[in-house]
Amino acid sequence: MSASIANSQQPPRREIDVSALPKTVFGSGQSILWWGTMGMVVIEGTFFALLLASYFYLRTRVTDWPPAQTVPSLNFGTINIAIAVLSLIPNYLAKKAGSSFNLAGCRLWLTIMSLISIVCLFLRWFEFSSLNCMWYDNAYASVTWTILGMHTVHLITDGFDTWILNIMMFTGPIQGKRFMDVSENALYWNFVVLAWIPIYLVLYWAPRWL
Amino acid sequence: MSSQPQREMNSESLEPRPRTPMSDAEARNWLQRTWDDGKGFTSWFQQVHHTVIGRRYIITAFCFFLLGGLLAALMRIQLSHPENHFLSPDFYNQVFTMHGSTMMFLFAVPVMEAFGIYMIPLMMGTRNIAFPRLNAYSWYLYVCGGIMLYVAFVLNTGPDVGWFAYPPLSGPDFSPGKRADFWAQMITFTEVAALAVAVEIITTIFKLRAVGMSLNRIPLFGWAMLIHSFMVIFAMPAVALDSSMLLMDRLISTHFFNPAEGGDALLYQHVFWFFGHPEVYIIFVPAMGIVSEIIATFSRRPVFGYPALVLALVANGFVGFGLWVHHMFATGLPMMGYSFFTAASLMIAIPSAVQIFCWIATLWTGRINWKTPLIFVIGFFAIFVLGGLTGVMLASVPLDTQVHDTYFVVAHFHYVLIGGALFPLFGGIYYWFPKITGRMLSEKLGLWHFWLFFIGFNLTFFPMHILGLKGMPRRVYTYLPQNGWGTMNFIATVGALFMTAGVLFWLYNIWTSYRRGPLAGDNPWGASSLEWATNSPPPIYNFDELPTVNSRTPLWTATAENPVIRGLRIDDREVLITRVLDAEPDHINSFPKPSPWPFWSAMATTALFVGSIFNGYALYIGAIPLAFTLTMWFWPKKHEIALEEAEGVRR
Repeated sequence: MSASIANSQQPPRREIDVSALPKTVFGSGQSILWWGTMGMVVIEGTFFALLLASYFYLRTRVTDWPPAQTVPSLNFGTINIAIAVLSLIPNYLAKKAGSSFNLAGCRLWLTIMSLISIVCLFLRWFEFSSLNCMWYDNAYASVTWTILGMHTVHLITDGFDTWILNIMMFTGPIQGKRFMDVSENALYWNFVVLAWIPIYLVLYWAPRWL
Repeated sequence: MSSQPQREMNSESLEPRPRTPMSDAEARNWLQRTWDDGKGFTSWFQQVHHTVIGRRYIITAFCFFLLGGLLAALMRIQLSHPENHFLSPDFYNQVFTMHGSTMMFLFAVPVMEAFGIYMIPLMMGTRNIAFPRLNAYSWYLYVCGGIMLYVAFVLNTGPDVGWFAYPPLSGPDFSPGKRADFWAQMITFTEVAALAVAVEIITTIFKLRAVGMSLNRIPLFGWAMLIHSFMVIFAMPAVALDSSMLLMDRLISTHFFNPAEGGDALLYQHVFWFFGHPEVYIIFVPAMGIVSEIIATFSRRPVFGYPALVLALVANGFVGFGLWVHHMFATGLPMMGYSFFTAASLMIAIPSAVQIFCWIATLWTGRINWKTPLIFVIGFFAIFVLGGLTGVMLASVPLDTQVHDTYFVVAHFHYVLIGGALFPLFGGIYYWFPKITGRMLSEKLGLWHFWLFFIGFNLTFFPMHILGLKGMPRRVYTYLPQNGWGTMNFIATVGALFMTAGVLFWLYNIWTSYRRGPLAGDNPWGASSLEWATNSPPPIYNFDELPTVNSRTPLWTATAENPVIRGLRIDDREVLITRVLDAEPDHINSFPKPSPWPFWSAMATTALFVGSIFNGYALYIGAIPLAFTLTMWFWPKKHEIALEEAEGVRR
């Protein structure tokens, strides 16, 4: 029983010619890049879910929530998430420019997304001070800071990624893979914004409602 | 420059490209040149092929296994008789913590992933693992995490708070110094590595399968690694988060686990065991895959009940996430919690039993070929069933609260983990060693290994059941003569001596067989899956021609009618990507070439992780080299792009 498919020497073999297949694809679940990105999304989504679960667990340990501080101020956080949700539109256009190999479009919308990432990070800086607590105050403050900090790491990495990709679109060399990168980068930003919504509600509204 | 790439990319493909007629030998030369990662000192840090990285992973994991085993031997010597002073209490604390941490985080999980990294691309019939550079990066991180922990240990800064490091013991008040910090940061290293490998394996199994290998034809080891990887993705973030919260409590004065400031130490236990229980299945499920492969091959028939086995693995994967609180029965829970987690813990016995019955049916109806791999699997049956039975006992709250934190629990989880994972793994080594090295292991030495280890194992761990029932708590460094635990402990120590002898036989077997063992040939066991359809050891490009499959047991049903894949470039690392469900050809991907940047990225990550133990600013400063090396990793290289964009040589 040493039947070996690969090394069989009997010509002529039946053949499947794959030379006509494309190298650049954009379908959901189609490219390995999509699976890699989704892998990251699920891993980091799990982190957020566990952090939020920890938040509510810690809520059950004390009578007042927040225990000693005033609730977080709404202004910066609300403006920031509004910008983030609106940014889904240029993000969608960037994704579309990528999947139609539209280099000029990629440059335009990636530039806009790069600038938005700076604005979001700038506002995020002020969000920390509007939490009205320091991480070492008590467990409420610790978990609040950690959730916001964890999300900030995502803003930084996605912003950095968008900047680098945008620079590549201007300097070249350009190949089909870069357009797939634009598409996957947009997918990742969708996740950053989607994760942001429950985080915003928990950090800013849960202390008011609970 | 703006319009040209657009035009070219839009007009991509559609027509078959011209192919170059060539002999098989010429094609092999091309493939060898294209896929070769280079030799020599600098090339070593750039290699990305899964067989190369897989071999490093396997060897590294077994080095940690031997270290963990040495620590276990030290503990057995210390406990061999009452009031022994072979180890000091403080050193004993470090030894048992290092033993558990090593075996769980540096051996058991990585070794399963190691076999996945080596075998899965071969079993799927492709040329490399998905994201090969990430794979290399994960190995460097894993090694650095392990080295960091052992350097700390040698410098008398080894963690001493148990392998699950519960606060408040591990918190800032009761564990000053750096010991617990090294433990927590080792977790970060190994979890990042494990998560990376999980994503690679899922992608490889979903997208890189041989044409014809629809989901219902994936070898069972493939299914096992797939479920293992999904479990890693949902479980490992929990322990990484938990250890990070612990580090923050220790280093920057957060209060997650500090009840005085609204925190709760039990939060740590919940998050830890949300990882910790699935962890058992993360280790055990790949072993079930190995068992299925070995049983089919050595029964010389397709495995009985393939759909039932796959569903049982999936059920294990799901139910494994609903059991974690049974580790916390002694902490006091609502009645509902007790009932739910007891029921779930009993329920997991069902899929495990389904698997056992399917394997028995396969053996029963097969023509059995009694070779070492199968003998280790039989050993697995005996030991694992015993471990499973004590598991069912521990699922009941009254018994659990009685024997909690005693040697009964130690006996239980060694029966489950050594029986459920290490025995199949040893079987897997006897099974796949010929594929990896091209030489057979000695059957005679293999039998010595098996019997010494099997007898030694039972001598060591069976008495621990009794010790636990008699009330001996775990993690005590010595005991008094009047406790009456001396005889059983002495027997256990004698057993450990047998186990050590078994491992020495195994090492000797590997050493001599690697140099002088009989040549294996492509398929020495007459197995059915694709890793046996190529040379032993496989060439760097895995297969001369990409295989196609027409059944669950492709090598047993292969005919001359089986088509081969043609038209891929052989002067570039082109790989065929197939569809998730039916594995029909979908598109082509140019795989990454060797690169030094995964190594440098891992070094930058290591500097950041280790630095942050000592100074919080390391996070900010360390981010700069990390960002730089990662950017260099992904930055397109002109010569690589030129190669990928060329028309090239197709076969």
